Order: sequence, then structure tokens, then C-alpha cells
Amino acid sequence: MQEKNFGQRAFDNVVLPMLGVGMVIVLWAIVSATLAPALPGPWKTWQVSKLYVLSPFDKRGELDQGILRFTWYSLVRVAKGYSLALLIGTPLGLLLGMSQAFTRSFDPIIQILRPVSPLAWLPLGLVLFQKPEPAGIFTIAMCSMWPTVLNTALGVRSIPQDYINVARVLQLSRSKRLLKITLPAALPYMFTGFRLSLGIAWLVIVAAEMLTGAPGVGGFLWQEYNSLIYEHLILCIATIGIVGFVLDRLMSLVENKLKVA
Amino acid sequence: MPILELKGVCKGYGHGAQRSEVLRNLDLQLERGELVAVVGFSGAGKTTLVSMIAGLTTPDSGSISFEGKAVRGPGPERAVVFQSYSLLPWLSVRQNVKLAVDQVFAHWTPARRLAHTEHHIALVGLSAARDKKPAELSGGMRQRVAVARALAMEPELLLLDEPLSALDALTRATLQDELARICQVSGKTILLITNDVDEAILLADRIVPLDAGPAAKLGPSLSVDIERPRDRKALNHDPRFKRLRAQVIDYLLESGRKRKQRLCAPKPIEMSPSPEPAR
Repeated sequence: MQEKNFGQRAFDNVVLPMLGVGMVIVLWAIVSATLAPALPGPWKTWQVSKLYVLSPFDKRGELDQGILRFTWYSLVRVAKGYSLALLIGTPLGLLLGMSQAFTRSFDPIIQILRPVSPLAWLPLGLVLFQKPEPAGIFTIAMCSMWPTVLNTALGVRSIPQDYINVARVLQLSRSKRLLKITLPAALPYMFTGFRLSLGIAWLVIVAAEMLTGAPGVGGFLWQEYNSLIYEHLILCIATIGIVGFVLDRLMSLVENKLKVA
Repeated sequence: MPILELKGVCKGYGHGAQRSEVLRNLDLQLERGELVAVVGFSGAGKTTLVSMIAGLTTPDSGSISFEGKAVRGPGPERAVVFQSYSLLPWLSVRQNVKLAVDQVFAHWTPARRLAHTEHHIALVGLSAARDKKPAELSGGMRQRVAVARALAMEPELLLLDEPLSALDALTRATLQDELARICQVSGKTILLITNDVDEAILLADRIVPLDAGPAAKLGPSLSVDIERPRDRKALNHDPRFKRLRAQVIDYLLESGRKRKQRLCAPKPIEMSPSPEPAR
């Protein structure tokens, strides 16, 4: 393939994406002006939201804070639920990958629990913990752990026979085999799971906050809906999307590094 | 007493009608310090033979005994250099070798283990590349790491499963000479599996041909009475080399022809002259 020069690359990677964003904003303006008068237009959205964007860390009141401050609350909540998901999901995946009997026993139940919506887990969490905060974390963990579980198991099952033969000839003990062969060999798969899990965790946070009314992007979104400030819905949607995208990029950076090694 | 003894070893894969017999009734003995080459067609079951001796798979019938005891599983006293190198890609050259050293010589001091590791990396001429990952090495260098790892385990028996077959001709020749040197220095008992008759004659004390599969059998053992060190160029003109080479190749081709006849037995029509698997 021919090396593209700097101008060409700048065009491909900056100008074209900007063009796409610009076209969507124009389309949005047209739709809100004609077909859907209830939808706030881009300019009005900016006017109403700019206080939240331009001073993103302000705290004017419990329910009136800068958008990045709300994002931070959400991220902390996600981090807790996601860590719990990894702490449970990784060992579970390792066990599933290493033991056929374990897979036979627990695979059906995993397949049944996997598609359950966060909206279904949250009430159960509220019943179990009686408080919204742990219920939200519980919901995030229950929804986001499955990609980690399944990819870790897949990673362990996909370890080449060659590596296993090395372990057998060397007569590595169980724990050494796990640390020296299984974990490093499965790590790239595990990270794919971690990345997908993070995506789901971020997806779930909005639902969890909407239902519990906790301060965060999702909570803010629901509160502004109830206050009829629809411009802020769009602000929240854009924020959720951008943060989700950034998280995914960061995880793929780590993932790619592992794959090369 | 032979260090390794195979008696009537059979191995097949699959069940019932799908079952195919790979190796039939193998008898083989290796004396201590001997380098024996098993030469055969690709697909004849050579890797299966190595796996059984290494203890990675078990024979269906017959027995394999090592130092007078039946082989029950793999162990570091029977080190294998696999055809696919099987280095761990996340470890450097040194770490790959050291993993084996740390495991086999766990009772040594760390300093001694490190020195032992470095010594064997130097033995295969890779000291300069010791901190590289396998992905950064050429095929020949990876193969040397695999040899270093196996030698560093100081095995009683070294199993080489087509160790050079994935390499280009030039690298292969260089590594053959190097392997000859290492084998002579180490004085270990070595079983070399190869599809290269010249390689076998260059390296081995004794050559045992393996028939074409399925149901491959071992042929008569031929000893290589050529003094060492053997020089590749001089060897080409040595009448003993030519005779031996002809013997092995004739035996293998004959077994291939018999197999073809066996497989085509119901049809008495002469097959179109297909090219022999000549070299």
C-alpha cells in the first residue's frame, strides 16, 4: 500500500469525520425545524447547555452541577460495579475454561442470566440492599460480567496445545501453570472481555441512575426530562456517547498492546 | 540395558469404522549416548511416535520403558524439541530457557540457575539476542532457543521432532552443523526424527527408517559407520555415504510402493506413472 502524505491523512482522519458531524447537525436542525417541533434545535441546545459545558465542574446545587462533575459521579459508580464484575468474572471464566465439568454445570445458567436486562436486576438489587447505591453497583456487576466470563473461558480453551505440552514436559504445578502459562496466554482474550464489559457497564449506568435518582449523567437526564428541559437530554446523550467512545478507545489501546506482545 | 525400549507399540486414532491405525508394532531400542535417527515420509506418524516416548500420549498397546521403568507421563528427563518450537511468545529468549531451568533445577541457587541459563543460550550462539521475544527472531533462531531450552533441562534423553524442517535450506544446513557440534559436545542420548536422509546420515550413529503410513512399521536399523566430525562436503563423495543413502531411500520408496499397491489392491489396472516422492 502506498504511504499517504500528511495532507491526505489529515483529510481522511480530521476533515471527513468533521464533515460527517456537520452533516448530522444540519440534518438535526432541519428535522427540529420542520418534522419534530418538540425536538430542540442545535443552537437552542447549545444556548441552554453552555453553562454546563463551559464550567463543567461547577456545583451549584445537588441537582444542578457541571456536566463533567455528573460524568465523574457516574464514572466512579461504573468503576465500582465494573471492578466487582471483573473480580467475580475473571476467576469464573478461568474455572469455566479449565474444567469441562464446571462448564457443563454452569454454562446453561450463564446463558440464562446473560440476556437479563439491567431494568430487571435493579429492583432485585433494591430488595437485597435496601439502598439505591449498592443496588446500582450490583446491577452494573450482574450485567457487565458476562463478556469477561465468556472471553476468559474462551481464552483459556484456545491456549495452543504446544504451550500445554511445554507445561506438561516441565511438570509445572497447578498454580505455576496458571501463572506462567494459562494467564499470559489467555490475556489478550481476557482484555477483549474486559473492554466489552466496560461498554456494558457504561450502558447500564444510565438505567441504574434513572431508576434510583442518583446524581450522575443518567440521574441528571431523568431529572431534566421531568423538569421539561429537553435541551439537556441531548446534552446528556452526547456526553454518554462521547464518554463511552473514549472508554472503548482507551481499552483497545491496552488490548492492542497485549496482542502484539 | 537400553535407556529406551519400545516393544510392540501400536497407536491409532478414532473409533470403530473411522479408526485409522497410525503406527503398528514398533520395536526400538536406544543405548545410552547413542544418536538414533528415525527417517520417514511426512504424515507417517513420526510426531505421534515422539509424543508417546515423551509421554504426552499413550500407546494403544505395547510398552515403552525408559531406564527400565514404564513411561507413565511426560517429564523433564525426556526433553522434547517440538517441530513448532513451542516457545512462549510473551517471554524473552532468556525467560523461555529460564522457565525450564527454574523448574528442573529448583534446588539450585538463583545465581547458579541464571548462569546455567546463560551458558545454554551461549551454546546455541544467541547471547546477543537473549532479551528478544520469539516474534523478533528468525525461524532458525527460534529453533535454537528451543534446542537451548531442551539442553538446559539436562535430559537423559533428548527428543528432536523434525527440529529443522520448517527452515530454509541454507539455515537448515548451518543448524545441522551446529546441531552435530552440540550433540557431540553434550554426548546425550538423542532420538532425532526427520524426513531428511542426508540430515540423518550427517548426525546419527544409527538410522531406522519408518514405513509410509497408515499402520507404519519401523524398518531394519542401519548403522552409520562414518567417523566424526563429519564434513558435509566430503560426505557427498564418500562411498559409504552414497551406499547408506541409497539403502535408506530404496527402503522408503519400496515401502511407499507396497503401500500404494495395498491401497489399490481391488483394482488390477496399472496406475498412471505418478512421480515418486523422490528427492
